Amino acid sequence: MNLRMQATLLEDGRLHLNDGPIDLIVLAEGDRRSREFAFAAAIARFSTMLDELCAELPLLRSQSRSDATAPSGIVARHMHAASLSVADDKFITPMAAVAGAVADEILSRMLRAAPLRRAYVNNGGDIALYLSGDATLTIGVVDVPEAPSIFGVSALDASHSVGGVATSGWRGRSFSLGIADAVTALAANAAQADAAATLIANAVDLPGQAAIIRAPANEIDPQSDLGDRLVTRSVGALSENDVACALASGEDEARRLIGCGAIVAASLRLCGVTRVVGSLAARSPGAERRPASAGAMLHGLEERKWRRTFASL
Amino acid sequence: MTALADGKVRCDACPVMCIIKPGTAGACDRYANAEGVLVRTDPHVLLQRTIGGGGRVKKFLAASDWDGELVGGDATFVTAVGAGTTYPDYKPAPFIVSSRVEGVDVVTVVTEGIYSYCGLKVKIDTDRHLGHECSLVRAEGEPVGHVTTGEYGSQMLSLGGVNHLTHGGKNEGRVTCRTLMDLANGRAVELTIDGGASVIVQAGAAPIVNGVLEERMRVGCGSATIGMFAQQWFGKVDEVVVVDDHITGVLSEHQAGKLLGVVATGIRMRGRKSTPGRYFQVADPGVGWGGTNISDPLEIIQGFDRAKGAHPGLRMLMVSTTGEQFAYYELDDDLKPVACDLPQVLSESVARIKENCEPALCTVLFMAGAGGSLRAGVTENPVRLTQSVKSALTRVTAGGAPVYVWPGGGITFMVDVTLLPANSFGYVPTPAIVAPIEFSMSLDDYAALGGHVDHVRSLDEVLQSGDGKLREPFDSTLPWPLQSTARRS
Repeated sequence: MNLRMQATLLEDGRLHLNDGPIDLIVLAEGDRRSREFAFAAAIARFSTMLDELCAELPLLRSQSRSDATAPSGIVARHMHAASLSVADDKFITPMAAVAGAVADEILSRMLRAAPLRRAYVNNGGDIALYLSGDATLTIGVVDVPEAPSIFGVSALDASHSVGGVATSGWRGRSFSLGIADAVTALAANAAQADAAATLIANAVDLPGQAAIIRAPANEIDPQSDLGDRLVTRSVGALSENDVACALASGEDEARRLIGCGAIVAASLRLCGVTRVVGSLAARSPGAERRPASAGAMLHGLEERKWRRTFASL
Repeated sequence: MTALADGKVRCDACPVMCIIKPGTAGACDRYANAEGVLVRTDPHVLLQRTIGGGGRVKKFLAASDWDGELVGGDATFVTAVGAGTTYPDYKPAPFIVSSRVEGVDVVTVVTEGIYSYCGLKVKIDTDRHLGHECSLVRAEGEPVGHVTTGEYGSQMLSLGGVNHLTHGGKNEGRVTCRTLMDLANGRAVELTIDGGASVIVQAGAAPIVNGVLEERMRVGCGSATIGMFAQQWFGKVDEVVVVDDHITGVLSEHQAGKLLGVVATGIRMRGRKSTPGRYFQVADPGVGWGGTNISDPLEIIQGFDRAKGAHPGLRMLMVSTTGEQFAYYELDDDLKPVACDLPQVLSESVARIKENCEPALCTVLFMAGAGGSLRAGVTENPVRLTQSVKSALTRVTAGGAPVYVWPGGGITFMVDVTLLPANSFGYVPTPAIVAPIEFSMSLDDYAALGGHVDHVRSLDEVLQSGDGKLREPFDSTLPWPLQSTARRS
């Protein structure tokens, strides 16, 4: 029995799961029994997840290579595969997909346990989602976690081939090699969105620009999977031209990822400027086509900011 | 925890086993390295009594600064601060702790409550007009409460409540929640009142009204001030006007002046005369002299009548009810007041008024109602807990601090936020406020009200289990939460 884990039903009917650094907000909509089954499945699966991941942490923190040993855990293999699918020889570790992969795994367990109309697993802003029939989900994205204001909103429905939404940027909890305030990627699943958002955010960059302060990742977090690679600590004033240049570099990376089928669309945000690459194509013919005005967070960061973590017993 | 080189520690709270550098937190943000020691950023607070601990222990005292000695076995009280909750309480509260106090088995049920129905009552010691009754009080532009009926020498605000927290706009709820939490945790918050002032409020600190620090609370209204100080002015000055938005007092006309034999000065005041020497509405309310809107006190005087006693050279003191503003005049040959330096003998009386005005403070009471589901964490039969509290068999505390429980239905309580341990208040995304609450009673009474007796754990067991316990000294000026519980039994 995992005594650290917390499972709490929130007043609005969602489930809050917490274990170590993993913090999930889970929604399951269906009839009452279905919701109970889904939550029971989510809790059961969640209870062993952190221990499984930690058993393979050193491997998950090293660069993803197709010729190297693959990890063995279900979530770890999903992380490994998602990071490889976007890598294209760039530096990336399976940890780039950890939040999304955890969300995907919990969502898939819930969907196997009971018929649901709508469901999502929000892992600190990286979201696995499921929509059936005419169910929709409105998503908003924020760029500065400390002062959340939604700069983009998009409505997803079942006709869109989006099962995962993830955001990366240097202001977030994880380190970034780039300077994007927020890159949000929409993909078939959350792990792929997570890994892709990381790479695009890394690509939004201005190498050598003096206004950007960087530090070796392991000087801040001794165990960072990024080792001594320089991560962004602050971004000073940038000219309009600088911003356009950095965004263009990120857009190239986003186009590459759309081209290879890794993601559906992405939004890139830097210094108040937003660029959108790709669009939300409706899957079924005749369905309304709509562009993704921006990426998504489903109030993710906001929820994190607002959540209070209760002490474990 | 394992100590590593360079002050780093390895956290063993979860299998991630973060290596944490000094001054930073682990991946979860809940464990941090404070100078080589692993600490909970959100610890569970225990209060401990010390030997001979007279006087008030300084609040926000860092735990490491404290090296007091314990006074024996019943010296620890497990508070609900950081205890967590089993909300929505289909199961017993997180801690149900038994200990022996004066030979009696007592039980404390400890939980953090999640309150949608809660708010703050804020008393701001000032005569300045902050806003009309019922005016909205805003934080960051969002409505978070309103001005309620004023009290003696103080303006009152009522903040929070379910209408702002959950029934208003989304941002309104968010800002209200943050405002309540910040104020309750002793932080300064700027509030603006529709059609009124901007005020910076902090529990236990002086209010700052429109950028000006309010230092003193008035000793009484203008009329009362005349009454209190008439004797000290008699013979040293011909006329005294105490400027007050409520009642402005005039020495020569006032009963106190008459009794001393102060002669008429022919002064003609503005405003509405109430009784001799007492005037209402000499000006509009504001943040000027004595809670009026004036900065030149002569504005409230129409003139002086030679036929009724005015004469050149007549000496007049004008002072506000707090002594913070004062001016001294002498009449010229045209009976016009001319400002002169305040004579030494009068400056003493002005100083006396100031001295009699207590320091102006903002005081903040948290008020909330413990709902049925919270009570279910204590007993399978929630109404019995209410009955037990009402019959004084169960004592309610908040973070160990005494509360006032309202008569009538439910368990609605008020507590002075400065008596709780630091950062006792939190929030959940609802939005709602999280606040500690403890119910203490004898074990027999607990069993009688249908308590979760199977979940009672001994104090020793609780003290030995788990990490993240923060031991704080108990404020010895407060009643020990378990004392009377045992005595009553």
